[in-house]
Amino acid sequence: MLYREAGDFKTSYVADSQTFPIKFDRIRYYIVVAIAFGVVPFLINDYWANAVFVPFLIYAIAAIGLNILTGYCGQVSLGTGGFMAVGAYACYKLMTAMPDVPFVIHVALAGFITAGVGVLFGLPSLRIKGFYLAVATLAAQFFLVWLFNKVPWFYNYSASGQITAPERMMFGIAVTGAGTPAWAKYLFCLIILFALAWLARNLTRGSVGRRWMAIRDMDIAAEIIGVNPLTAKLSAFAVSSFYIGIAGALFFSVYLGAVEVGEAFGIQKSFLVLFMIIIGGLGSIFGSFAGAAFLVLLPVLLKNILVGQFGWATDLAAHIELMIVGGLIIFFLIVEPHGLNQLWRVAKEKLRLWPFPH
Amino acid sequence: MNAQIPLSSYTMTADGRKIGAVLMEMKNITLRFGGVKAITDISFDIREGEIRSIIGPNGAGKSSMLNVISGFYVPQEGEVWFRGARRPQMKPYEVARQGIARTFQNIALFDGMSVLDNIMTGRLTLMKTGLLAQSFWWGSAEREETAHREKVEKIIDFLEIQAIRKTPVGRLPYGLKKRVELARALAAEPKLLLLDEPMAGMNVEEKEDMCRFILDVNDEFGTTIALIEHDMGVVMDLSDRVVVMDYGKKIGDGTPDEVRNNQAVIDAYLGVSHE
Ligand SMILES: Nc1ncnc2c1ncn2[C@@H]1O[C@H](COP(=O)(O)OP(=O)(O)OP(=O)(O)O)[C@@H](O)[C@H]1O
Ligand SMILES: [Mg+2]
Repeated sequence: MLYREAGDFKTSYVADSQTFPIKFDRIRYYIVVAIAFGVVPFLINDYWANAVFVPFLIYAIAAIGLNILTGYCGQVSLGTGGFMAVGAYACYKLMTAMPDVPFVIHVALAGFITAGVGVLFGLPSLRIKGFYLAVATLAAQFFLVWLFNKVPWFYNYSASGQITAPERMMFGIAVTGAGTPAWAKYLFCLIILFALAWLARNLTRGSVGRRWMAIRDMDIAAEIIGVNPLTAKLSAFAVSSFYIGIAGALFFSVYLGAVEVGEAFGIQKSFLVLFMIIIGGLGSIFGSFAGAAFLVLLPVLLKNILVGQFGWATDLAAHIELMIVGGLIIFFLIVEPHGLNQLWRVAKEKLRLWPFPH
Repeated sequence: MNAQIPLSSYTMTADGRKIGAVLMEMKNITLRFGGVKAITDISFDIREGEIRSIIGPNGAGKSSMLNVISGFYVPQEGEVWFRGARRPQMKPYEVARQGIARTFQNIALFDGMSVLDNIMTGRLTLMKTGLLAQSFWWGSAEREETAHREKVEKIIDFLEIQAIRKTPVGRLPYGLKKRVELARALAAEPKLLLLDEPMAGMNVEEKEDMCRFILDVNDEFGTTIALIEHDMGVVMDLSDRVVVMDYGKKIGDGTPDEVRNNQAVIDAYLGVSHE
């Protein structure tokens, strides 16, 4: 089967604006979804779930969230870790305060609470831009971590200062707590990611997404064609924080089970998710997946190869990882600001015309 | 000041187009930037259906005047009247929603988006679907998208840019960018269209195309147009009436013929160059 767009004529505007206009892409997408839902759950074990799949799914949610704000709406944020913490603590408080409510509702509510907090910290974006906004969100990051450390009410006055997820069931199967099977963690996060990615795709392809992108590309022109910058920016902060809050809730409850805020949701987390969208591609849902996959897999791969195969010291492998990530960030920022997604697209464009270069 | 044309009655132009009542009136506008007076006590009106040009040497304050109309600059003195009512101070996006669209002297397209998406953004003022319906891509969201797409395709056909529909605007040559910007403004189906030097930097052929588009827009959709242009041939051909500015002051106002024969205008702009 050739990768071609010729002969695949669109006869309606609906067909023309679909997510995967090329048939081959569409088929590949269905195959990936079928494998993700139908095959992986049967093969997954604890190692693969904890080292690769679950963190990938959760980071992909966070990356989509940050990409909506930064990649689509052009508002730089270094507060991702802090907003994930809001989601985690909101989820924890809801789980312990209302144990009878289904766990998915807690996760969704944690998202909405984070959205509210995000809007609050997004208010400065109406006045300041770029570097200054980044600094303001950095302040949010440190303030939120400090808050969750300082006020014992948030961690239910536990002696350790940590929060620990109690066991919660969905359809009679544990999804949080120590007894959760690997496949249940995986499937629970996968379903949420799948739904959220679909929503994000819908939002970004219609008028809401165009408002965000107009603000990103030229805010003055956007305003003059009728975009209200206040609602456009704050809606981006709200939606973005909703995603990041859900990612934080899952990171705490499903993935780690117990967290100490500074360790799990510190400034490194903000940078990690930012690096994901830079490497994956700003302003692209696919890029969020690619970036999350890349930065989750890289350390696992390096550890297995360098430490496992060549017997290097673990800290040496960790340093090499830092160097590789740093180099890649510089490469993508300078050479290819649209990230892996763009490299992928260029490769596809070449393939579409192959074997004739023009 | 504009007593030569009676208000609220139709006048026919030579080519038989209808010119209606006063659509927009600027009354004694003064705009200062710190100590610099960009506009000094200027009054003029724009009538429904006409092509109204604003001309003047560089720095005369023409773009500033458009920026006042689109709510981007707030004049220190004077009033803006639109459709028979005094317009309160408005944000640019509120002005856009009143049916005023524009293009910019320095192209202001959304470089990260395709031509199609750029033109679709022009219709944002007409789109109603909320965040929720949009995120689930419910029937209404999809129907709205398709309906607006159909309108946008008409504009794409009209401006003859079918071939570049999916191209990112950043890759387009200058002349086409200007055309896409016009398309984006037209997409809003404006009552009043403000064009800031739509032909600057174009070659003769591109200028001819652009002139044809402007005349067609005015003719077919009855859109009122306020035009800033340096090319005198173009201005004299297209305009129904012309305002002449110099150093922020109005030095002439009338039909192309009247303006051409106005001594102050000849001195300031047409014949004698500024030293
Ligand atoms: N934002 C601003 N701040 C300060 N001064 C400004 C600003 N905008 C315009 N001016 C000044 O106002 C005066 C009029 O500028 P304007 O851009 O309106 O001229 P113009 O007639 O459009 O000229 P051109 O033909 O070169 O486009 C100039 O002296 C300019 O320097
Ligand atoms: Mg100008």
